[in-house]
Amino acid sequence: MSEVRERRANWWRVFGAPIVIGVLSLAGLLSALLAGDPGRYFAWFGVGLPIAIVVWAYCRK
Amino acid sequence: MIFHHEIDEALGYAPKMDVHAPGAAKLSLDAIGRAAIADHPGSVLLYMAWDKDEPGMVSTFTNASVTSDPQTTVVKAFDAYTAKPVGLLGTGPMLVMLRLHTDMYLGLPGKWFMGLMGFLFMVAIISGVVLYWPFTRRLNFAAIRKQKSRRVLWLDWHNLLGVITIVWALVVGGTGVINAYAEVMLGIWQRNELAAMAAPYAGKPTPTQLASLDKVVGNAMKTTPGMDPAFIAFPGTPFTSTHHFAVFLRGDTPLTSRLVKPVLLDGETGDVSDTSELPTYLKAVLVSQPLHFGDYGGMPLKIIWALLTVFTIIVLGSGLYLWTVKRSKVRRGARLSAGVTAAIGPSS
Repeated sequence: MSEVRERRANWWRVFGAPIVIGVLSLAGLLSALLAGDPGRYFAWFGVGLPIAIVVWAYCRK
Repeated sequence: MIFHHEIDEALGYAPKMDVHAPGAAKLSLDAIGRAAIADHPGSVLLYMAWDKDEPGMVSTFTNASVTSDPQTTVVKAFDAYTAKPVGLLGTGPMLVMLRLHTDMYLGLPGKWFMGLMGFLFMVAIISGVVLYWPFTRRLNFAAIRKQKSRRVLWLDWHNLLGVITIVWALVVGGTGVINAYAEVMLGIWQRNELAAMAAPYAGKPTPTQLASLDKVVGNAMKTTPGMDPAFIAFPGTPFTSTHHFAVFLRGDTPLTSRLVKPVLLDGETGDVSDTSELPTYLKAVLVSQPLHFGDYGGMPLKIIWALLTVFTIIVLGSGLYLWTVKRSKVRRGARLSAGVTAAIGPSS
C-alpha cells in the first residue's frame, strides 16, 4: 500500500514540473492567437518559461 | 524563417513604401490592375492581395494566363495611392530558404517527404517521453549532474531541454506536417466545396468583359461588415471557378485574420453569387501556419521561438552523441567479452 503511494509520489516528482510547463506552453501558444494583447503578454511568459528554466539550471550551483 | 520579414527588410527585398499625406485618397483598384498589366504587357491578373501591415500597398500576381505554371507567376507590389510599382515580392534568399524548407524544389513529392520527416520528428519526441521515466525516476526535476562524466552531463541536459520543450516541439512539428499537406487539402476543397459553389454556373465560359474590381470588392465587403479583403482571385484561377471572382475576407485579430471567408461574385456583373465558410480542415491549415512559424506574437515571441529552436537542435545533437557513445560502449563491451571467451575457452 505504502509502496504504491511512494511510486505515485515519485511519478509526480518526475512528471509534475514537465506537465505544468507543458500546460503553460500550450496556453501561451494559443493565448497569443486568441486573446489579443493580454494573450500576447501571457504567451511571452508561457512559451518563454523553458528558457527561464534553462537559464536557472545553467546558472545554479 | 521566423525572422523572414526582418531579413527581407534588412537585405532590401521588402518594398519601400512612400509616405503619403494623411487623408490622401487611394486610387481605384481598377487603376492598380491596369498599372499591373501595363507593367507586364500581354499578361493577365491572377490575384490581388493586401498586406495587413502595409495598408498602402497592393500586391498583384500576373502570369501569361490563369492556368500557367504557378512558379512563373510574377508578384509585384504597387503603391495604392499612385499605382507606382514599388518592388517584386517573393524573391531573394528568403524564398530559396522557404523552398528548401517546404519542398526542396521537388514540388509535391518534396512536400510529402517533408511531411513524413515532420511526422518522424514527432515520433522521436514521443519516444523520448517514454525513455524519460527510466532515466530520471531517481532524480529531481532539472537535475544536472555536473560532477559525473561528460556523458551523464549531456544526458541530463538532453532530458531537461527535451522535456521542457515537448509541447512546443509537438505543436511546431504537428503544424508543420499539416502545412506540408496544405496543397492536398486545398485540392480537396477545390474539388468539393468550391465545385459545389460554382456548380450552378457550370459550362459558362470565362467572362470576356470582367466586372470592375472596385465593385467586386465593394459588394463582397457588404456581405460581412467588419471584414476586409485579404485577396481577390480572378476567374479561372485555382481559388475560384472559371466564371467567378472570389474575394477572401479577413478579420482583424491574429485568429480571424487567418480564417478567411470566401465570397463568390459573378465575373461579368460583380454581383454576389455565394458566400461560405471554409471547411474545418482548411481552417486548420490556416491556423497552423502561425503556430509553425511563431510570427504571431510580436518580436519577443519570435526570439523565444528562435531560442526554443536552438534547444531542439541541442536535443537532437546530444541525442545523437549519447547514441554513438552508447553504441561504441556496447561494441567495446562485446569485443571485451569475445576476447575473454577466447582466452578462457568456451565454457562447456
